Amino acid sequence: MTLNVSALRAAFPALAQEVHGRPLAYLDNAATTQRPRAVVEAIARFYEHDNANVHRGVHALAARATDAYEAARAKLAAWIGARSPREIVFVRGTTEAINLVAATWGRKHIASGDEILLTEMEHHANIVPWRMLADAVGARIVVAPIRADGALDLDAFRARLSARTKLVAITHVSNALGTINPVEEITALAKQKGAHVLIDGAQALAHLRPDVAAIGCDFYAMSAHKAFGPFGIGALWAREEILAAMPPYQGGGEMIRTVSFEKVEFAEHPHRFEAGTPNVAGAIGWAAALDWMAKLDFQAVHAHEQALLEAASEALGAIPGLVIHGTAKAKAPIVSFTVKGVHAHDLGTILDQHGVAVRAGHHCAMPLMQRLGVPATARASFACYNTHEEVEALAEGVRAAMRMFALEA
Amino acid sequence: MDALRELYQQLIVEHHRHPRNFGKLVPADAEAEGRNPLCGDHLHLYLRWDEQGRIADVRFEGEGCAISVASASLMTEALRGKTKEEFEDLFEKVHAMLTGKAEPDPELGKLVALAGVRAFPVRVKCATLAWHTAKKAVEEGKGIATTE
Repeated sequence: MTLNVSALRAAFPALAQEVHGRPLAYLDNAATTQRPRAVVEAIARFYEHDNANVHRGVHALAARATDAYEAARAKLAAWIGARSPREIVFVRGTTEAINLVAATWGRKHIASGDEILLTEMEHHANIVPWRMLADAVGARIVVAPIRADGALDLDAFRARLSARTKLVAITHVSNALGTINPVEEITALAKQKGAHVLIDGAQALAHLRPDVAAIGCDFYAMSAHKAFGPFGIGALWAREEILAAMPPYQGGGEMIRTVSFEKVEFAEHPHRFEAGTPNVAGAIGWAAALDWMAKLDFQAVHAHEQALLEAASEALGAIPGLVIHGTAKAKAPIVSFTVKGVHAHDLGTILDQHGVAVRAGHHCAMPLMQRLGVPATARASFACYNTHEEVEALAEGVRAAMRMFALEA
Repeated sequence: MDALRELYQQLIVEHHRHPRNFGKLVPADAEAEGRNPLCGDHLHLYLRWDEQGRIADVRFEGEGCAISVASASLMTEALRGKTKEEFEDLFEKVHAMLTGKAEPDPELGKLVALAGVRAFPVRVKCATLAWHTAKKAVEEGKGIATTE
């Protein structure tokens, strides 16, 4: 079945606009996707009809808000193949999910001399919390390299695993290269050495349907806004027996059973990790995004996205002096590139004037930029609602930039 | 599109491609580093004074977009022979122009070419980076300037 892209686009009000007199080609989906109308409406409906705080009221609105919030948890759990909604902790986003693991499980289980294995393609969100933990407890950060095509070097990864490896933290899909990592295989290798595995799923949710049970990992971190949901809400999935044994994260309301000045008895998971009033509207908006995604034929989405990736790689690859960074076989529709003689920021500005929104910079992956030997790249990242016309606008914009710089395009 | 052509006018593109006074200056009387943490642009500026207290030589190296490199290149041309006070006066005039507080003054000569950046607020920091770095070098003899 082919994807009806124009019907998909009609669900996204923000896509139907002109920028600088040109039709918007929104190709910055790896930074954040647009939201379908259904998500915006679900949030508005909640605030207009059911708005109340959760877990602490006997009145009707509080009951409705609580039910909707917990239903969102259950929906997300089912979406990613969790065994129970109790395995889902709502947080602000992927960054907080990873920090939560570092600050609780990490502080308890990682000690001096232990190793945390990362890869060269990690986002700062999956580097900095581990660097901070390692500095605090005297652990070591070990880094698995990538190959020239941007795929993880599995042999080198295997060689860096040891009995000292307590945790492997790796991205499911690279935000800067598009590389899709073989997380099942990586997890299996890590498990052989007795290591725990955390997957940064920020970039995966819009393109794949991650199945945490099939992957076999211990932690999976997500953000709603990278997959058609609202800002400010994300989740940590963790295996229930791990969550049950994890010390609390932040202290406050919602996460306790009883409190006195002398002693605090904490709540069960997942509420033990959700101190304070949560982002209720965010969770409800996310549930609406999952409902919207549930109607998608993911096979058709995959085929369309791969066709866009192929078209973009071909169109950009034909431009003299343009280098695509990341050409692994398994790739999400993300194309990072540099043009000889034109800095990524100038490309970004010129493309914007052509209505094409891309990201220019280090993509919060400075170690990766260093590995690639570039200060910054321009990145076009696609979602299921993008079109082949937008790929052409991108390539034409790049050529226009080169002409502006008196380069042969 | 006209704004774009004004931003990337020939003089800017040409100074980006062939930056003037590009390279190290050893020994230097003053050195400073400029960083734009948001985009990763960085430059290193070297400066030498003559006996009359005028800038005898100024050079830079680093990496950045066309705007930041061209701005640094045009600046080094403008700085030679300037006293500290003259530099400070020029800094104020250029800064006011780049941030839209003053209209381009023909007295600024070639530097007027940088005025195109005013139509692109997110890029103003690219144009001011070299100037902030020079200010550090002139006033403090060393240091790090950031655009944050």
